[in-house]
Amino acid sequence: MFGQSSPILTVAPPQKVVARRNAEVTAKISISLGDGYHANSNAPHESYLIPLKLTWTPAPLAVEAVTYPKAHDEKYQFSPDQPLSVFTGNFDITTKFKVPADAAGGITILPGKLRYQACNNTMCFPPKTVDVKLPVEIR
Amino acid sequence: MFVARLSLAVAAILLLATGCSSSRTAKVAVKDHKDRKKAPEFALKDANGQTVHLSDYRGKVVLLDFWATWCGPCKIEIPWFQEFERQHKDKGFAVIGVAMDEEGWDVVKPFAKYIGINYRLVIGDDTIATLYGGVDAMPTTFLIDREGRIASVHVGLSGKRDFEDEIQALLRDSSTSVSAGLVRAK
Repeated sequence: MFGQSSPILTVAPPQKVVARRNAEVTAKISISLGDGYHANSNAPHESYLIPLKLTWTPAPLAVEAVTYPKAHDEKYQFSPDQPLSVFTGNFDITTKFKVPADAAGGITILPGKLRYQACNNTMCFPPKTVDVKLPVEIR
Repeated sequence: MFVARLSLAVAAILLLATGCSSSRTAKVAVKDHKDRKKAPEFALKDANGQTVHLSDYRGKVVLLDFWATWCGPCKIEIPWFQEFERQHKDKGFAVIGVAMDEEGWDVVKPFAKYIGINYRLVIGDDTIATLYGGVDAMPTTFLIDREGRIASVHVGLSGKRDFEDEIQALLRDSSTSVSAGLVRAK
């Protein structure tokens, strides 16, 4: 309901997080890449490659840090000498939020966007942006 | 250990030198004349702001390559296409690269200069992608015969030899079109 999918990359619907005013809260976004596909990591080795990036529309929470998993270096048919920094398979991205002291209580949806560019061993797919909707309960 | 690493390195070099022919995605043959469909016409700007129509190339064999600067497999094929352009341009052959980068010339021009691309580039859009069947993956390359019909399509990294064989076949196929004065493209 809250996640969106493509045949290549799937974002699982995030679980609701409960946040207390003037405290920190961490949300986990679970991502799955299909077999044989990879996405550039958040820090590709080459400047021309498009990094995977999760961004949030922060209000009513403030984004403190987005933490990506450790990427791994892989060689592909089209890059036999230069390994690429990629994500494959299942992985999580965590975001640490700060809840303002004056945040309104109740349940809200925090919108985010996951941008990525994926390839397999012989072809690449145009960059995509997936909407991510994080349910947040502020107490 | 060293010998194993050396063997792997040599294998990788040989793979590149042969245009990945041993691991190509599929061998694509030129279609029979009766099975060829007309390549959709387009009008796109080149790096100098000039409008490029496919019909400008009627009478030539055209390699139409959909690519992007962020596409690794495309970068393997580009040097092949540069070589084809050099080898065959005087025989009625031309390469047109359709860059699908959202940022347009801001990223394509520096990349093309860095690589030294010697063939004509245009910036693609959703319209041309739709006309050519969606172009969901890159590289996607069409070989178009002298009569403006699609003779073959390659999706993904293909073999250099496959392209070469198909270009040669298409150039042989209807070389009379050139002598008949149908070539209009510069």
